[in-house]
Amino acid sequence: MSQLMIADQVPGDELMASGHLACPGCGAPMAMRMVLKALGPKTVVVMPACCWSIIAGPWPQSSLGVPLYHTAFETGAAVASGVKAALEMRGDRQTTVMVWAGDGGTFDIGLQALSGAAERNEDIIYCCYDNEAYMNTGIQRSSATPWGAWTTTTPAAHPESNAKKDILAILAAHRIPYAATASVAYPVDLLEKVRKAKAIRGTRFLHILSPCPPGWKYEDDATVELGRMAVQTRVFPLLEVEDGVTWRFTAEHAGDAVEPYLRRQGRFRHLTADQIEGVQASVDARWAALERRVANGT
Amino acid sequence: MKKVMVGNHAVSWGARLARVEVISAYPITPQTQVVEELSEMCADGRLAARFIKVESEHSAMAACIGASAAGARAFTATSSQGLALMHEMLHWATGGRHPVVLANINRALGPGWNIWTDQTDSLSQRDTGWVQLYCETNQEVLDTTVMAFRLAETVDLPVMIVLDAFYLSHTAEPVDIPDQEVVDVFLPTREAHRKLDVNDPHAFGALVRPDSYMEMRWQQQEAMDRTHDVFEAVEREWQRLTGRRYGAIESYRARDADLLLVTSGTITSTARSVIDRRRERGDAVGLVKVKMFRPFPTAALRAALSGVSRVAVLDRNVSVGHAGIFAEELRSALYDLPPDDRPRVQGFVLGLGGRDVTPAVIDRIIDAVREDRPIEREDLWVGVNP
Repeated sequence: MSQLMIADQVPGDELMASGHLACPGCGAPMAMRMVLKALGPKTVVVMPACCWSIIAGPWPQSSLGVPLYHTAFETGAAVASGVKAALEMRGDRQTTVMVWAGDGGTFDIGLQALSGAAERNEDIIYCCYDNEAYMNTGIQRSSATPWGAWTTTTPAAHPESNAKKDILAILAAHRIPYAATASVAYPVDLLEKVRKAKAIRGTRFLHILSPCPPGWKYEDDATVELGRMAVQTRVFPLLEVEDGVTWRFTAEHAGDAVEPYLRRQGRFRHLTADQIEGVQASVDARWAALERRVANGT
Repeated sequence: MKKVMVGNHAVSWGARLARVEVISAYPITPQTQVVEELSEMCADGRLAARFIKVESEHSAMAACIGASAAGARAFTATSSQGLALMHEMLHWATGGRHPVVLANINRALGPGWNIWTDQTDSLSQRDTGWVQLYCETNQEVLDTTVMAFRLAETVDLPVMIVLDAFYLSHTAEPVDIPDQEVVDVFLPTREAHRKLDVNDPHAFGALVRPDSYMEMRWQQQEAMDRTHDVFEAVEREWQRLTGRRYGAIESYRARDADLLLVTSGTITSTARSVIDRRRERGDAVGLVKVKMFRPFPTAALRAALSGVSRVAVLDRNVSVGHAGIFAEELRSALYDLPPDDRPRVQGFVLGLGGRDVTPAVIDRIIDAVREDRPIEREDLWVGVNP
């Protein structure tokens, strides 16, 4: 589908204020703005430690027009479970409870609580905006950091040596009713997925790729361009999974070469031609596996 | 209505009478019976609550915090390792001013594995800002559980009810269960002073700079200071309704005593029997039971112990490298008394990891203190085979 910002596809309501504290070009506020537009004002946000802990603004300010609970790093899904239970006990079944966590709080320290909530099929939406490292603490690797990337804890001489964790497959394996990837570079796709998630009961998971200019080392006007390249190279495919078994692509993926995408980012500057070929091969292999999943389920 | 029940079920019944709305818990011996009974109560409709069966104690406390932040009455129970795992979120509950109630069944920390009673688990959480109330009987457990919610929701501080593993948790005693209508008057549905509300959106727990952080901690301190009076008022009302109260501290046969034991938890009951026997022989000994550990009842303890010549503190806990924790806290509370009124405080570390503290052990301690031997160590470890 077209990703043009067609006015009638994007709600005019703004539940996120300007004056937030994100870096120039940051993908994370773009993601939040779109998600809240789709969820509307009857939303409670639970936010474990992440870049957004700063972006939301210091006490007594808030850049969100909905209630926001800041919490400890590993507790997003557990706190949200409690919030939802309390609202239901008081007769409110309408309000959406959303966790808004980074990749560290999701892939790493928060995975246990997230798995627990998903296994219990808690009626929450869990959004992970993924900038592929601990950016708020100054660019340290997480298990969302892709193979070959430089970070301050994976220096160029010994760059990241593990593949990015397949968080979508982990969540799909919990057989939750809805799990999807999305990108700030595809806002209409993102909005549609949030609307779809909002209409479902149970645990819903959105994995949103959120390019990071200082962490990925690119100029701050290229966030959307890099987000699109990530999808079109099939590095970050857009798809959705229903009940853990029905896998579906939600965009055309041209299958562009990964090299221009990698070369565009300073964090991959040290990669040799051979290494880039290796990245291409692993992207191709993963794509083939995904195509089989889409064709066969699971 | 009277019913014979174990201490763990006294906690469950207290939580049920308090009409908790959200329970979140993880199994651990010796706590597990508390939440098993609550599960039964939820399943058969005796209690209208959501029970979130989380994957860890850390998440149990996190879910209670979320529920409390959204305005509900939240409860959990744990022991030992589970409480230690919650540590980070215990701070979050107090800093966020969430009136969560937690029952901790005292159990020794590993390694080696030990499921028996030892207060070091709860006392290790001393500086998290939780109110801590220690119990001696199953009746006190039930009463304290109900009162804990009223206290917590009045001062917006979380409250920990503490009881000994097995000596209370798994020991059956007759317990008077107040009528639900009585408790409903004492403890109406929670009206949160602030909460997550889509009609009045605010951010909770955001970044706070050095120019404001200290004021927030000061407000916690003020709430703790207020807790002394609030607890007394809550207990007075409970006494009016049920005839029972316990006090932040209780003096037992302390009049004219030249030696007072300071105890907490079930050791108190053993000590009472020792004192009764010695009083029959004309021995002027008594005891002071400490129920409230945080906020520390400094003024009450000064009043109770001023002018007594000798005080022996029985600590079923230890801050390794220093002393028994009640003894340490008591010395600090009494330090400012005029020298002539200040008792000689001797600490005894005993009963760790569930080792039995018998009347004979307490008798030996009293005899040793009476002998007035020079003290080799600040605190004596009782019955240790080095």
